[in-house]
Amino acid sequence: MKRLSAPKVSTVWLAVGFVFLYAPMLSLIIYSFNESRLVTVWSGFSVKWYGELMRDEQMLNAAWVSLRVAFYTATTSVVIGTMASLMLTRFARFPGKTLFGGLITAPLVMPEVITGLSLLLLFVSMSDWFGVFGSRGIMTIWIAHVTFCVSFVTVVVSSRLSEVDKSIEEAAMDLGANRAKVFFLITLPMIAPALVAGWLLAFTLSLDNLVVTSFVSGPASTTLPMKVFSSVRLGVSPKINALATIMIGVVFVAAFIGWWWMAREEKKRKLDMQLAAQKG
Amino acid sequence: MNAWTQRLQKLLPGGRWLVIVPPYVWMLLFFAAPFAIVLKISFAKSQIAIPPYTDLLQITDNLLQIVLNLDNYLYLVRDSLYFKTYVSSLKIAAISTLLCLLLGYPMAYAIARADASVRNVLIMLVVLPSWTSFLIRVYAWIGILKNNGLLNNFLMWLGVIDQPLHILHTDVAVYIGIVYTYLPFMVLPLYANLVKHDQRLIEAAFDLGAKPWQAFLKITVPLSKAGIIAGSMLVMIPVVGEFVIPELLGAPDTLMIGRVLWQEFFSNRDWPVASAVAIVMLILLIVPITMFHHYQAKEMEGRLT
Repeated sequence: MKRLSAPKVSTVWLAVGFVFLYAPMLSLIIYSFNESRLVTVWSGFSVKWYGELMRDEQMLNAAWVSLRVAFYTATTSVVIGTMASLMLTRFARFPGKTLFGGLITAPLVMPEVITGLSLLLLFVSMSDWFGVFGSRGIMTIWIAHVTFCVSFVTVVVSSRLSEVDKSIEEAAMDLGANRAKVFFLITLPMIAPALVAGWLLAFTLSLDNLVVTSFVSGPASTTLPMKVFSSVRLGVSPKINALATIMIGVVFVAAFIGWWWMAREEKKRKLDMQLAAQKG
Repeated sequence: MNAWTQRLQKLLPGGRWLVIVPPYVWMLLFFAAPFAIVLKISFAKSQIAIPPYTDLLQITDNLLQIVLNLDNYLYLVRDSLYFKTYVSSLKIAAISTLLCLLLGYPMAYAIARADASVRNVLIMLVVLPSWTSFLIRVYAWIGILKNNGLLNNFLMWLGVIDQPLHILHTDVAVYIGIVYTYLPFMVLPLYANLVKHDQRLIEAAFDLGAKPWQAFLKITVPLSKAGIIAGSMLVMIPVVGEFVIPELLGAPDTLMIGRVLWQEFFSNRDWPVASAVAIVMLILLIVPITMFHHYQAKEMEGRLT
């Protein structure tokens, strides 16, 4: 007979933690369907704030700027971050490897006001000296975002790279494939899930960034977080709740699809292994 | 043919360098070099022009002079507001790191000890909120903590209080906001560490007569030191320079250095003083950042072997 025992302290604490993490988000979602302008007084179900959001030209323009920047940022960060991961996990010592390790980990924790200020001063000085970056906009935001996203992509990709069995790469090399061929035919397919995860992480980090963006953006390029921030500063608005609900919805649907897909791949892999074992 | 291509490859700058150069140059140019420029401008004088600071190099009477203006730093020392702000930022960062640890450690522990089949789902549930917008999650707390917000309405409905509690725009709200948004950064490294622990050590301790709390304090906690340090640094360092949370949830006089830097830059348009504020903040953070880097490098090397 199974003895009923009181749940462990840490399990109760975990439940408390989850309530703490999800209750505020749930409140955002519920009140986005509220009729009243007063966010915290319930006065009936309505989707009118979603309509208002869709009619807000400025908000939609800002969202379009943000989505484009996030797309460019994520793509560039994955390319550079994969190179950086190869350097850190596959290359033997080379001059300046320690310095590079520092350059890659520091942006993970660097306060955003420092990163933002220093990049802006760099852009201003460069326009002074070389006449580039004179007008700040999508280009400068892209550079700034890539600079901190690369570090996050590198952490994700290098942890996957160090799990990959190196003997497979070595076998391909023994069979006469050169380094580039080994990377594209052997390594790349094996780290592909990490590249997808890194791309998505960089995309969300870029889409969400306010502080660094505020420093390096120009007058003509307002991003979604900048727009949200200036409206939130004035107080709560049901329109922002509607926007929040859409964002939360997209993230959760994407996460669910990702989880389902990975579970399916895992099942398939196990089945393949069983079949292979039977044949052998 | 193959021998030829191999010889050719040796002559050309190896493919290796094609991989090394782009990330290296990018990080040097856009991450390291800007600090030198911040340092330079922290010694400049503010002026009403474009750009709004003076040049350090001046030519007078065919004499090239480097003028280092120390006024910005003296200003930070003389005005006690800055000293108070640095102390208060460090205090807020330290306390909220401790709160994150107190809430996050048991969570990470429970997930690491959970059934292997649910672990991934649980850790995903911890991380998932941070994939939605940070700004919007801070915004959610405004609606909850306001005087006529959800929390006060709920407590008054319960009859616990009959006057709304004033929480929004106080330091308490800042702590809640920080713990809420930074909690996943504490739980992740702790979980990664705790899940690797060898359970037989705990069993051995039990066999030798240790009570559960003794085993926890003498075995689990010391073994998870690296995870505690990594999580604490991931929370503490960025929080010192935090701007959004004190701006939206804090009182007008909640002193945090990220906010002061923002105001010097955007409101006062005093770029040299903002640069000096940033340089002093960097000096304060250099030891924790080095500690974090040391841990991170060890983690990567540990995985390699």
